[in-house]
Amino acid sequence: MTQNVDEIFERICTLLKPFNKKDIAIGKDTTFSIDLELDSLTVMDMLSEIEDEFDITIPLNMLPDLETVGQFTDAVHKLLSE
Amino acid sequence: MTLDLFEKFDPILNDYNSLPDGAENPFTVSMEKVLSPTTAIINGRETILAGTNNYMGMTFNPECMAAAQEALTDFGTGTTGSRVLNGTYNSHKQLEETLKEFYDCQHAIVFSTGYQANLGVIATLAGPKDYVVIDTDSHASIYDGCAMGNATVVRFKHNDPDNLDKRLNRIRRDDPEAGILVVLEGVYSMLGDQAPLKELTRISKKHNAYVLVDEAHSIGVFGETGRGVAQEQDVEDQVDFIIGTFSKSVGTIGGYCVSNHPKFEALRLVCRPYIFTASLPPSVVASATKALELIASTNLRSKLLDNSMRLNKGLCDVGFNMGTTGESPIAAIVIDDQDTAIAFWGEMIKEGVYVNLALPPATPNRMNLMRCSLSAAHSFAQIDFMLEKFTLVGKRLGILQDKVASLTG
Ligand SMILES: Cc1ncc(COP(=O)(O)O)c(C=O)c1O
Repeated sequence: MTQNVDEIFERICTLLKPFNKKDIAIGKDTTFSIDLELDSLTVMDMLSEIEDEFDITIPLNMLPDLETVGQFTDAVHKLLSE
Repeated sequence: MTLDLFEKFDPILNDYNSLPDGAENPFTVSMEKVLSPTTAIINGRETILAGTNNYMGMTFNPECMAAAQEALTDFGTGTTGSRVLNGTYNSHKQLEETLKEFYDCQHAIVFSTGYQANLGVIATLAGPKDYVVIDTDSHASIYDGCAMGNATVVRFKHNDPDNLDKRLNRIRRDDPEAGILVVLEGVYSMLGDQAPLKELTRISKKHNAYVLVDEAHSIGVFGETGRGVAQEQDVEDQVDFIIGTFSKSVGTIGGYCVSNHPKFEALRLVCRPYIFTASLPPSVVASATKALELIASTNLRSKLLDNSMRLNKGLCDVGFNMGTTGESPIAAIVIDDQDTAIAFWGEMIKEGVYVNLALPPATPNRMNLMRCSLSAAHSFAQIDFMLEKFTLVGKRLGILQDKVASLTG
């Protein structure tokens, strides 16, 4: 079952809620480090939750390339369609 | 305009510069003289060392010192070369034989540090098509071994067998043939908790994964002959690689990896952190060899764990929020905020007790810790002195409340 990008984005946004301490509006350009103010450890924890939500393996190696929610969404989309 | 390469460090420098000066700065403190495994002169004052990972007190063991002095006289101060060039002396081979006997296994390779052992073994064993699966709370050297290699890196939740199972399931589902290396630690250094190796190795083997256990904090401390947690939990036959260090229980410096894999020696030809660095100096090799013999033949483990239980129990009884239970040689007080933790450290050093200030990201769950590592060489009198000072400072900083007053009368 492949999902479209918008559905994936919505599910990621739901997962991000507990990490969105300042309750900012999340768009595809939202960055983890600057906008959401997440440190690298928190981003790794979030990555684990997204792995479980979508039942995929997201290699830690990809992390440096995933700065925005949009990039994350695209990565999950790609991993789901492989 | 050219970029200043150091600009990226500004936030951390700002934090650092706000720390107290000199004597009370936990990151610049230095020892003027070391009197014994448990005492030193710091800031002109005799200080009890309560955070040195010197679990067996081996640093001043007379037999180890004599062996080191003899090797220094006979073989000089250093090897000035790699193990694969001029840096292998008979004593390096003898040390590897001693390790094989100690672990009752086929192969042993000595590295110049434990950090390099993790770096080298993880980065080299797991190639581009393989997977390394690590615990979230892994030591920096394990993370760095992953970063240096080309394998796909996956993390599982700390000491959580179901979480590991889930991740290994996915990897196998997507890639039935992949080589997988699961990396665990016997004892996690910050909170002293043991990995549930029985469960974790059973799950790893179910998915045909190799298992590596870093016993840095458990060699000498656990297991009937001091081999570590794999021995303690009776799963040595399920562990493919054990990594360890000489920088804690063994009382010197160096690292190693032991294994029964028939092709293990190949690492000597391909493992860059083994090849492209100088080998250990002869005096270090001699004291490590002697210390391993002593660890195997003398039982200091119960004394060490008695010491740890005494401190842990005492700190818990006066009302500190403990991160540890006393079942390992670590005692860690959890402090709510970082500034108080830094102040706590400064007060302790003024009172003549050196402990480790452990802050995120080196700690699990972003904890601020006052971390002690006990030694078999500590006397009960020293433990009680630490307890007295912790209580005093805890009250001074308002961490211990009235409860304490009633307890201590
Ligand atoms: C779990 C673990 N592995 C490896 C090391 C590295 O050991 P070494 O001091 O020999 O580099 C340490 C020590 O800090 C450690 O705690």
